[in-house]
Amino acid sequence: MPRARVLIRPKEGILDPQGKAVERALPALGFEGIGHVHVGRMVELEAEDPERLAELCEKLLANPLIEDYEIQTL
Amino acid sequence: MIWGVLQFPGSCDERDALHACSLLGEARLVWHEERDLGGVDAVVVPGGFSYGDYLRAGAIARFSPAMEAVAELAAAGAPVLGICNGFQVLCEAGLLPGALLLNESMRFLCRQLDLIAEGASVELSSPEGHQLDRSSAEVLSIPAKHGEGRYWAPDEVLDALEANGQVAYRYAPGQNPNGSARDIAGVRNEVGNVVGLMPHPEHAVDPLTGSTDGLRVFEAVAAAGAPA
Repeated sequence: MPRARVLIRPKEGILDPQGKAVERALPALGFEGIGHVHVGRMVELEAEDPERLAELCEKLLANPLIEDYEIQTL
Repeated sequence: MIWGVLQFPGSCDERDALHACSLLGEARLVWHEERDLGGVDAVVVPGGFSYGDYLRAGAIARFSPAMEAVAELAAAGAPVLGICNGFQVLCEAGLLPGALLLNESMRFLCRQLDLIAEGASVELSSPEGHQLDRSSAEVLSIPAKHGEGRYWAPDEVLDALEANGQVAYRYAPGQNPNGSARDIAGVRNEVGNVVGLMPHPEHAVDPLTGSTDGLRVFEAVAAAGAPA
């Protein structure tokens, strides 16, 4: 069955406290020059019909109001 | 009035909700796999962690058979109250606008706080009214406990909610515990029969726990909806 990976991340402009916390921790660990950190989710799956993945993302895997998603077929 | 309180795997506040409803009428639990709500007049979608909050809080519960029935009941104008996780479920189901995000602090919070109940009237909920008309608003002391309670919606949706009198509850000035947009603690749908809020009125119905203000929330929802 075709494999796919779905990447889900908070929409631009919505406060992402997880990303901010990671970003703030970096300088203390010696990592300079890293910004705009956003923490999201990744879902790996196998789909008989990859054409339907967008619908799946809209209805369940992501909340389109607050999250963007990206489907990568593998 | 007969109240039905939904029960999902992972619900944890359904017993308190059942108790609160029983103070106002008849109350029974409804298992999430029931497609038939058994002739209840009103529904409470309770707090907890339905389906372990996997994926997103409320994302999976909205697909349960009982939620299909709740959507029909809501469309018929019956009172529906979502509390905490139940609020998240109603938002995910599209029965209420907006979404609940991780608290700004990233911490679970648990505290008693003051809520300002706002009527459905446009005057009280207009931006001017929000600033000036606090004296006539009802203030309720109710506990909140959640990790993902930061209410969010696009600015144009927030503007419309305020203009339509759909902001049902706000955190009192200075008490917004989670970074919610415009201090919003709870909203109602356009018709007014579906209400969701993050704080827990079902934990504030007995003098034993310090406040009985939570009953006002149940009464207001019951009054806003036409029994099915």
